[in-house]
Amino acid sequence: MVKKFEAGTFDVIVVGAGHAGVEAGLAAARMGAKTLMLTINLDMVAFMPCNPSVGGPAKGIVVREIDALGGQMGRTIDKTHIQMRMLNTGKGPAVRALRAQADKVLYQQDMKETIENEPNITLLQAMVEELIIEDGECTGVVSKTGAVYRAKTTIITAGTFLRGEVIIGDLKYSSGPNNQQPSIGLADHLRGLGFDIVRFKTGTPPRVNSQTIDYSKTEIQPGDDVPRAFSYETTEFITDQLPCWLTYTNEVTHTIIDENLHRSAMYSGMIKGTGPRYCPSIEDKVVRFNDKPRHQIFLEPEGRNTKEVYVQGLSTSLPEDVQQKLLASIPGLEKAQMMRAGYAIEYDAIVPTQLWPTLETKKIKNLYTAGQINGTSGYEEAAGQGLMAGINAARRAFNQEEVILSRSDAYIGVLIDDLVTKGTNEPYRLLTSRAEYRLLLRHDNADLRLKDIGFNIGLVSNESYDRFNGKKELIDAEINRLKAVMIKPDQKTQDLLADIGSSQLKDGIRGSDLLRRPEITYNHIKELSPADADLPFEVEEQVEIQIKYEGYIEKSLQQVDKLKKMENKKIPEGIDYDAITGIASEARQKLRDVRPLSIAQASRISGVNPADISILLVYIEQGKIAKVSGQ
Amino acid sequence: MEFDTIAAISTPMGEGAIAIVRLSGDEAFAIADRVFRGMGGKQLESVPSHTIHYGHIVEPSTSAVVEEVMVSVMKGPKTFTREDVIEINCHGGLVTVNQVLQLLLKQGARLAEPGEFTKRAFLNGRIDLSQAEAVMDLIRAKTDRAMSVAMGQMEGRLSKLVQSLRQEILEILAQVEVNIDYPEYDDVEEMTLSMMTEKSAYVRSELQKLLRTSEQGKILRDGLSTVIIGRPNVGKSSLLNSLVHENKAIVTDVPGTTRDVIEEYVNVRGVPLKLVDTAGIRETEDIVERIGVERSRKVLKEADLILLVLNHAEELSEEDRRLFEAVKGMDFIVIVNKTDLPQSLNIDEVKELAAHHPLVATSLLKEQGVDELEEAIASLFFAGSLDAKDSTYVSNSRHIALLHQALQTIEEAIGGAEMGTPVDMVQIDLRRTWEILGEIIGDTVQESLIDQLFSQFCLGK
Repeated sequence: MVKKFEAGTFDVIVVGAGHAGVEAGLAAARMGAKTLMLTINLDMVAFMPCNPSVGGPAKGIVVREIDALGGQMGRTIDKTHIQMRMLNTGKGPAVRALRAQADKVLYQQDMKETIENEPNITLLQAMVEELIIEDGECTGVVSKTGAVYRAKTTIITAGTFLRGEVIIGDLKYSSGPNNQQPSIGLADHLRGLGFDIVRFKTGTPPRVNSQTIDYSKTEIQPGDDVPRAFSYETTEFITDQLPCWLTYTNEVTHTIIDENLHRSAMYSGMIKGTGPRYCPSIEDKVVRFNDKPRHQIFLEPEGRNTKEVYVQGLSTSLPEDVQQKLLASIPGLEKAQMMRAGYAIEYDAIVPTQLWPTLETKKIKNLYTAGQINGTSGYEEAAGQGLMAGINAARRAFNQEEVILSRSDAYIGVLIDDLVTKGTNEPYRLLTSRAEYRLLLRHDNADLRLKDIGFNIGLVSNESYDRFNGKKELIDAEINRLKAVMIKPDQKTQDLLADIGSSQLKDGIRGSDLLRRPEITYNHIKELSPADADLPFEVEEQVEIQIKYEGYIEKSLQQVDKLKKMENKKIPEGIDYDAITGIASEARQKLRDVRPLSIAQASRISGVNPADISILLVYIEQGKIAKVSGQ
Repeated sequence: MEFDTIAAISTPMGEGAIAIVRLSGDEAFAIADRVFRGMGGKQLESVPSHTIHYGHIVEPSTSAVVEEVMVSVMKGPKTFTREDVIEINCHGGLVTVNQVLQLLLKQGARLAEPGEFTKRAFLNGRIDLSQAEAVMDLIRAKTDRAMSVAMGQMEGRLSKLVQSLRQEILEILAQVEVNIDYPEYDDVEEMTLSMMTEKSAYVRSELQKLLRTSEQGKILRDGLSTVIIGRPNVGKSSLLNSLVHENKAIVTDVPGTTRDVIEEYVNVRGVPLKLVDTAGIRETEDIVERIGVERSRKVLKEADLILLVLNHAEELSEEDRRLFEAVKGMDFIVIVNKTDLPQSLNIDEVKELAAHHPLVATSLLKEQGVDELEEAIASLFFAGSLDAKDSTYVSNSRHIALLHQALQTIEEAIGGAEMGTPVDMVQIDLRRTWEILGEIIGDTVQESLIDQLFSQFCLGK
C-alpha cells in the first residue's frame, strides 16, 4: 500500500478528461470554482477514440446547446474541423443539424490548451483509485500514487475505462480504449460502494493508410460551400475543407464474414456486454439484415496532418486477419494497409437511475457522474452531461440552487431525463425521435432557449449576452413589422408571385400571412417589403421559422404548458412510498428506485400508470406522507 | 393529462327527467361556447358567474339543434372543483344527453374518469380528507375495471384494428425518423409528402369507418339490444320485472314506434340494456309460436344479447331445443328459473347445449339468482366478448372521444401535407394520432418507435 499524502484542496474535482470531463472542468472553473482535473494520460485529453466527427442529427443540436450555455465543444470544433455539413436541409427547420469531421489531433490540442489557459483549473496526470467518503458524502479522491485531493464536490467521467476489456476475435485483454491503461481500482471501488453496475460494449472500425486507398473507385463527399459554425461566438470560418469518400461492402465481404463468424467475439459468446443497436458491428449488420446486398462505408480522414483514415461502417471485433480480408474485398480498399485494427470494448457503466437529474448520485452526496460511465454513447452526449454535472457540482460547492434542464428546454434535458428516469439497457444514443418537443428544440434557436440560463449561472460573458439580446430585439421587431405591414397587389408583387408559381393577390395581405405560404420565403418578402436596415442572416432565419411554423410551434407550446404544470407539482424528497396505499406494487418499486422530483417525472417512469399518479397526487396534496425519512 | 378540461354526465342514469352534463377546467367556457347557441348570440364566456342561460346545443358543423337546454355558468374558484364549471341541463333522455356529451368531447373535452370531479375538488383544496379516501377507492376501482375492459378488448376486434392502424402509422413514422436521424442512409426511400398523404388518408378512412359504427352503435346510445325468450310460463315477465324494478327503467316509451314494440331501458351494473319487444312477452307469452314469424326472427337477429329462460321444474322440450337452435352463434345467457320447485330438467343436457355460454340458476319468485345474472351480463360486457351487431365494438365514450381526436389529428396531418409543410412537421400530427390510438389500447410507450426503427432498417456506423 502506497503511503498517502495530502496533495491539495479544491472546490471541484473532475476525474477524467474526455469529452464529459473537459466540459465539466471548464464549466466549474469558469463559474469560479477552483477545479482539479485528473486524467490517466495527459496526452489523451479530449481524445476521440472512435469516429472523427462531431454533431449530426440531435447530437449537433446538443453541441449548439452546450455552446449557448457557455460550454466549449462547439468553439473547439469550429477551429479544428476539416469539413462541415448541414444535414437535413431539405426537411423542416426542426431537424436540421450540423456535422463536422474533426481533425482529431488539432481538436485535442486546442482543448488541452484551452484547459491549460483556464486559470481556475489544475490539470494533472493521475489515476484515481478510490473516493474519500465521509458520512455518505464524497469529500475527495485518492490517486494510485497516494496523493489525497480534497474537494467539496467530485465528478467522475471515466468513459469506457472502468474495467475496460478490448476484444479482437478470440483475443481479449484488459485495456482502456486505444490501448490506454484501464481503470480497475476505481471500478472495484465503485462496486464496493454498492453501486449497481452494468456491462456495456461498444466498438470501433479499423483505420487505414490514405496513401493505399484507390479513391477513384469511391464517391466524393465534400463539405458545404457555405461557411458553417456550431458556436454563436465563432467569427472566423475554415474554408479549406477535406472531402470524405463513400464506398460499399459487397457479397464477397459478406461471405468472408459468414465464413468467419465463429471467430467473431460477438458470436462466440466472448462478449457479454450489451452493445448499442445504432452502432452495430459489420458482422451484426450482415447477420441481422442478410438480404441487404451492400452496406455503406464512409472513408473519413482523421486529420490534416495524418494519413490515417477512419473506415466508418466497418466496426468489428473479428480477428485481425479477417479484418484485412474484409478491407481487401471493398472497392477502393483492395490494397489498403490497415494501420490499426478494429476492436470491441467492454466496460462498466453505472445504472443511471441511481442519479438525480443533477447527475449527483443518490447514494453518495456531492458525487456526480457524467458521460459514458452513465451508459451513454457518443462524444456529444458525454459533453452535454459533463457540462450539466460541472454546473451543478460548482453550484453545490457554492451552496447555490441546482440547474435542471427540462425536456422542453433542450436535448440535453431529454437525454438526462431519459437516463435518470427510465435507465437504459444498451448504450444510449440521442435520436430526434426521443424528443417529444423537437419542433421547439431546434438547431437555430439553441441560444433563444438557453442563453439566459447560461448567463444567469455565469457561463456566458456580458459581451456575448449583449450580442444575443441585440439579436433578439431585431427578431421581435421584424416579426412585429411583418405582422403589421400590408403588401399591396401591385404589379411587382403579382409578377414575383407568378414567377414562383404562387397564386395572385386579390387584396393587400399582411407580410406575415404571405410568408406563411409554403412557397414563399423571407427573401421574397424582403424583395416586396424590405426591413429598414439589412438584417443578419440568423435574424432573418428566425423570423421566417417563427412566422411560417407559428401554428405548429403554438401546438407544441400548449403541450409544454401541460408538462410544466406537472413539473411544478413537486414530490417531497423524503416521501415514503410504502405508506401510500393503493399504488400498485410494480409502480411502488419503480418510484422507490427512481425517486422522481416531480409528478411529470414520475409519470414518465415505465410501469407507473395514470392511476398511480392520481393517487400520488392526492397524497402529496393532502400532505399525508406518513413517514418522512429522518423523522 | 391531469389538468385538462373534463366532461361527464353527472346525474345517475335513469333517475329523474333532467340530466346534467358537467364540464370543468380552463377550457370549459370556450368548449361550451362552441356548441351552445344562446339568445341573441350570447357567449357564455362573457356572462356573469353563477347565472343560468336558456339556449340550444347544436352540432357546430351543421348548426343542427341537438337539445334544448339550460346552462349554468360558474367561474372558478367558487365552484365544486374550484375550476371553471359549466353545467348543461338536458331533458331529452339518454340518447340526447349522450349526444351532448359526445359533442363536448369532440370539441376537446376529455371524458372524466369516475370520481375525477371529486378528485379535482380535493386537489384544489375544496374537500377534506375523509372524502379524499373515498376518491382513492374510486380511482383504484376504476383502474381495476378499466384493466379488465382493456384486457378483454385486447382480443376484441377494436383492439386489433387499432393495433393495425398504429402499425401502419408507426411504419411511416419510422421511415421519417430514419430519414432524419440517418440522412445519408441510402437503403430507405425518402418519405415524401404525397406518400405520407396517401398513407394517412388510408388511416383516416379506417378511423371514419370505425366512428361510423360508433355513431350507429347501439350500446352507448341505446344500450345492448336484449331479448328475453322462453316457453310460456318459464318466468320471462318476472325476469323482465325484476331487471326493471331493481335497476329502474330509463325510458319507458319510445315515441314513434308501433304499439306492440315497447322498449325498456335498464342499466345493469353500468351496462345499458335495451329490453326489446317486451310488450309481446307481456301480452301473449307466446314468443315460441312467433319464432316462426318473420318479425320475431328479425328481432332475434338484431339482438346483441339473448336471455334464454328454461324451466327448472320441467324437462327440456322440443321447443326449448328449437330456441337453442335459433340463438346459435349469438351471445346468450341461459337462465334456469324456478329452482324453488323440484328439478326435472336435465342440467347436463342444458350445459351441453349452452356450450361456453353462461348459465345462471334463478328463482325469480324468491328473488334468488338475479345478482348472479347481473354479474354474468356485466362480465360478458366488460370482458369484451359481447359483440354489438355493428361490426366493431366501439361503444365506450372514452374510445369514441379518442377516435375523434385521432381523426382530427390525422386530418391535420393530411392538411399539413397538402399545404406543403415539411415532412417532419406533418410527422408531429401523425405521431399524435399514433399516441392517441395507443391510449385506446393502453400503450403509448415511446420505445416502440425506436424499436421499429432498428428492426426495420440496418442503421449505424
